[in-house]
Amino acid sequence: MKKEFTHGLKCGIPIALGYFAVSFSLGITMVAAGISAAQGTVMSLTNLTSAGEFAGIRVIAVGGTLAEMVLTQVIINLRYSLMSLSLTQKLDPGMSLWKKLIIAFGNTDEIFAVAMSHQKSLTFRFMVGLQLLPIIGWTSGTLLGAIAGNLMPERVSIAMNVMLYGMFIAIVVPAAKKSKPVLIVACMSVVFSCLFRYVPVLNEISEGLAISICTVAAAALGAIFFPVKEHGASADSSKNDTSKK
Amino acid sequence: MNVYIYILVMALVTYLIRMLPLTLIKGKIKSRFIRSFLSYVPYACLIAMTFPAVFYSAGNTIGLIAGVLVAIILALKEKGLVTVALAASLTVFLFSFINP
Repeated sequence: MKKEFTHGLKCGIPIALGYFAVSFSLGITMVAAGISAAQGTVMSLTNLTSAGEFAGIRVIAVGGTLAEMVLTQVIINLRYSLMSLSLTQKLDPGMSLWKKLIIAFGNTDEIFAVAMSHQKSLTFRFMVGLQLLPIIGWTSGTLLGAIAGNLMPERVSIAMNVMLYGMFIAIVVPAAKKSKPVLIVACMSVVFSCLFRYVPVLNEISEGLAISICTVAAAALGAIFFPVKEHGASADSSKNDTSKK
Repeated sequence: MNVYIYILVMALVTYLIRMLPLTLIKGKIKSRFIRSFLSYVPYACLIAMTFPAVFYSAGNTIGLIAGVLVAIILALKEKGLVTVALAASLTVFLFSFINP
């Protein structure tokens, strides 16, 4: 039982380092927007989301309404619903409601990614271990960025930032290597994502919403053309798909 | 308006978005389509967040391309998460000296 927690902690280390770097720059942005270090730290501790916080800072800076704030957050963070939905299929079936209420808090992009690449079903202890260091990294990074933004060499923070993308690649590439459907879904997702970056009008859509649309479109096409076998419910069913070919 | 009110609203909305699906859906989903859909969500989502955004993150583009290539090669060799992430990061760091 204890192993689950420490294993989770270990898996959280690279996320925590990446978060520290990203939230460091977030802290700098906050101070520039007139938000105090204390306010910024509370925001990071309670929100734990990069895109959502960046967008929130903008709403605060221009003195937007609370309705605007709600709308912005819903649109940008909608992808978390998809992730939580996906996560339900991999959770320890006996997990109680209050434990779910706790682990829901830290379901970020990266924690979700690592959780889904975990080989076994997800226990409460593993999830708490996995979330703990990233939460600390994210919050402390914001605080330090806000109070000492110009002390960290830029090339170090830039390099740390790339760690998060490296993790995403480390999760998708091996799965795509084993399963052609995953490869095709991933390729479709790149194409959609590029459309939202380069095509006029489409590129006016906020990044958070664009990611949700790309995800839904690519995963739905994948589900239509490559339905998973009856008993391979979770994301690690990729192995079954290869054997099917 | 007090900044803490904004922060409270942000936190509440973000938490509800994460929490509701996690607690409302109980047990395994029966629909084959939805199960298939959900099994592809992680990959579709991670890839959409990575490409092409990674090439536009801070740092010089050549270093970022090299970092991504290193990550893909190591990932194809099925190195662990930490190894791939650190190698990509180190590559970008080294390129920041070569090509400022």
